[in-house]
Amino acid sequence: MAQAYTPGLTISRHIILKKDRILPLKGEVVVKKGDKVSADDIVARTDLPGEVVPINVANKLGIPPGDVPQKMVKQAGDKIEKGEIIASSKMLFGLFHSNVTSPVKGTVENISSITGQVLLREPPIPIEIKAFMDGIVSKVYENEGVEIENKSAYVQGIFGIGGEITGEIKMAVKSPDGILTSDFIDESFQDKIIVGGSIVTLPVIKKAIDVKAKGIIVAGIDDKDLKELLGFDIGVAITGHEDKGITIVLTEGFGPIDMADNTFNLLKDFEGYKASMHGKTQIRAGVMRPEIIIPIPFKEEELKVKEEEATGLKIGSPIRIIREPNFGKICTVSALPEDLAIVQSETKVRILKAKMKDGKEIIIPRANVEAIEE
Amino acid sequence: MATELRSILATDCGSTTTKAILIEKIDGVYRLIVRGEAPTTVEAPFDDVTKGVLNAVEEVEDLVHLKGDKNRKILRNGKIVVPQKDNLGVDAYVSTSSAGGGLQMMVAGVVKSMTGESAERAALGAGAIVMDVLASNDKRLPHQRIERIRHLRPDMILLSGGIDGGTTKHVAELAEIISAADPKPRLGSGYKLPIIFAGNVEARDFVKENLSHKTDLIITDNIRPVLERENLGPARDKIHDLFMEHVMAQAPGYKKLMTWTIADTGMKKMEQVPIMPTPGAVGNIMKTIAKLENIEVVGVDIGGATTDIFSVFTDEQIFNRTVSANLGLSYSISNVLASTGIDNIMRWVPFEIPEYQLRNMIKNKMIRPTTIPFLMKELILEQAIAKEALRLAFEQHKEFAVTLKGTQKESEIADAFAQTVSGQTIVDMGSLDILVGSGGVLSHAPRRNQAAMMLIDGFLPEGITKLAVDSIFMMPQLGVLSTISEKAATEVFNKDCLIHLGTCVAPKGKYKEGKIALHAKIELPDRVYEEDIKFGEMVLLKLGVGQNAKAKLKPLSGLDLGAGRNTEVNTKLSGGVVGIIIDTRGREIHYDESLNKETMRIHLPSENSERIKALKKWMEALEVYPKNKLD
Repeated sequence: MAQAYTPGLTISRHIILKKDRILPLKGEVVVKKGDKVSADDIVARTDLPGEVVPINVANKLGIPPGDVPQKMVKQAGDKIEKGEIIASSKMLFGLFHSNVTSPVKGTVENISSITGQVLLREPPIPIEIKAFMDGIVSKVYENEGVEIENKSAYVQGIFGIGGEITGEIKMAVKSPDGILTSDFIDESFQDKIIVGGSIVTLPVIKKAIDVKAKGIIVAGIDDKDLKELLGFDIGVAITGHEDKGITIVLTEGFGPIDMADNTFNLLKDFEGYKASMHGKTQIRAGVMRPEIIIPIPFKEEELKVKEEEATGLKIGSPIRIIREPNFGKICTVSALPEDLAIVQSETKVRILKAKMKDGKEIIIPRANVEAIEE
Repeated sequence: MATELRSILATDCGSTTTKAILIEKIDGVYRLIVRGEAPTTVEAPFDDVTKGVLNAVEEVEDLVHLKGDKNRKILRNGKIVVPQKDNLGVDAYVSTSSAGGGLQMMVAGVVKSMTGESAERAALGAGAIVMDVLASNDKRLPHQRIERIRHLRPDMILLSGGIDGGTTKHVAELAEIISAADPKPRLGSGYKLPIIFAGNVEARDFVKENLSHKTDLIITDNIRPVLERENLGPARDKIHDLFMEHVMAQAPGYKKLMTWTIADTGMKKMEQVPIMPTPGAVGNIMKTIAKLENIEVVGVDIGGATTDIFSVFTDEQIFNRTVSANLGLSYSISNVLASTGIDNIMRWVPFEIPEYQLRNMIKNKMIRPTTIPFLMKELILEQAIAKEALRLAFEQHKEFAVTLKGTQKESEIADAFAQTVSGQTIVDMGSLDILVGSGGVLSHAPRRNQAAMMLIDGFLPEGITKLAVDSIFMMPQLGVLSTISEKAATEVFNKDCLIHLGTCVAPKGKYKEGKIALHAKIELPDRVYEEDIKFGEMVLLKLGVGQNAKAKLKPLSGLDLGAGRNTEVNTKLSGGVVGIIIDTRGREIHYDESLNKETMRIHLPSENSERIKALKKWMEALEVYPKNKLD
């Protein structure tokens, strides 16, 4: 049988990472190839076009749209100050003037003789892109951005919320099945990334926000708590823009699930290290999963990314079960039968046999496992 | 060179799964040989859709070998070989795709309910998801419209408005707003956003002046040149072309895939076959069913990310298609919950389950969309959610499939005072001939009876309606195949794709406790079924594929089977793999909070234990799930 690719989450103590840092619009790259950068360094900047303010000058002056160009004091492209007159018309045989003033500072963008509208544009909004992770500028995309490369310890999460942050890893629980409670969190977690165990609840998240922690890494969350935190029910997993004062990365999923041992142990071993982390999740089109990147020292010659291989499952591959029953359990593949099998739901599927930690062998649909990639 | 196609490989790259089918000509007839599938690989680390295609094709090869043809090969050195030479390769490789998130568009028209809707229809017809409709009368201020465009970042904008020779002022205003928004596409910072102008010809120069320097402006024929007529074809074709060029090509691996899809049609050189958006391909097949049989059809393709509904109604065979973005059973399963609410899902579940468990299960499916239910209870829950996804998508479709707005053949006094001129839906469940289901949850339901029940509960057919399902979810592939060989597509469709489930008999009207709803006399091949059926029942009568039964059906207690209240219908009922389903649960108007409007629904007891009892009774009657799993 063909070995179909099985998706998995990467957990590694030393991985070569490349990250593109690209501007939303073309602009200026302020670093050069080979530069060493730190996560908070700015690598590129640009100006987004300012907000547009339309004014119906024809209506305001009480004239036909076709007459608007003649009544303009300012022309397209002219700079304007707030309160400055942009159009003026004489009334009652020239005895009175009727003026239109600008409500904003900016420029006149467009004058329309068909609609009588004048469009003003506010000053550009500067945008700066940071390196996000410590590393070396390995590529420059002219006017667009850069590629940063480094060697890191790395954990790919399954779902997250919140934007990019950096902070120091700090453990709050002692074991992967530990439950993070408010009692564990105090002022010492300020600016830190808190590592919890199996589940985090809303009061604990609120406490973490209160003590100004930067982020939380935890195995699971109850959907109801997430809904309350965000104020709405997430419909599709496109996240990362939430502004709740904290970034949260789930390593396993929704509900109480133990964190995978190797994830927990890796984070424990890197306690006190600086990490870059984001909660950006996009499961459709150009999949993006949240990441925890812990830069480690490296020599430039080490920066060679291994070619990705479409690895299928093999006997002995470590896997995580990602659907009931046994959701979240880690086991190893013990057999890959070729024939389709009928499972309890009467669905006819390709299955695998897996050995649990207690030695028990179970049958699981191949679609319901995730390879643990190291 | 081949003079006719001997073998065809067709793939559909869905948002979750890539499906591949191999069709071969055997004794002069095209037949499906095998079907394989693999996860779609738009995900990192591959970011390349062709990997999933090759995995699915490899599975096809393996399955052919398992069937005994050990020497048959399609791939050589990781490439699909076209044309076929001896036992290697195929004469054509075609593909459809809905991976990559689909085409997300904004449309703009002068009057929301007229050119705005025509523009929406053109965009939907081309396989797009319409994110918003801008209109001069949409009650938003210019700066709000500008903000909306900048916020949504669509892949493309269709600007229409004004009949040819009419006013240009409002079209100009919309062009100014789009220009001011200075929209940027989602993908690629160096691209200009494609804008199609399909409005008043007299506004073209003004639109050019405003938009040509900032955007990739394309001008095409007006979608509504006169009030009484739509001309959607040119704009639809242009959207489709631009989709292939600008959007799909940006998705990982598509450029490569586009070079693979070729056919040896016996001409002097191999012909490229464009990749078709999946909804467009399924639409082709639905139109074919309606045309061949001259019948009214509703079809559905429920996917992981979207649910597409297709319908062909009226004597003129008016075709409509809607894409319900974010109503699907994997990536957007959580949006079904967010849209309909937990209570609407729970009403289909025949057992107690704590709300938090259901919510977490749904979210876990959202983040790991390719998993499948192992436990029977999880299957039941997913099928309950599917019923709601179908229902919501169909409600959207009914609102969209209307008679042309803005025109009225006859005016009455009341119309003169009406604020809006609105069309009526042309979807008539009473006159519908066949309801066809496709998509993973329907095609792969372990029992066909489950597909039948999902279709009935999701769509609430009225009167007498045939039910069918895509056997293994291959309508998209057949839709694109029909563009190079209608014969091959039709033969496989009739012989291997369409599975007739049977016929649903459902009198329309209000539930009346304890009363007789229907007197049925049905002459089955082995017996005559003659019963008085009370309200609130579901009855299954076995009648096989290709078999017909003569039926005398007399609705009672004010019910209607299509001929009028309490009026007897003498007809023939077709069988199928499920049989004849009699549904006397009533069809009554109910205020639906999730949709904020009145909709039709069946009568369900309000008390929880009674509701569960009723669900179990119906599920047992229809043999939907194993009896012991419902206890």
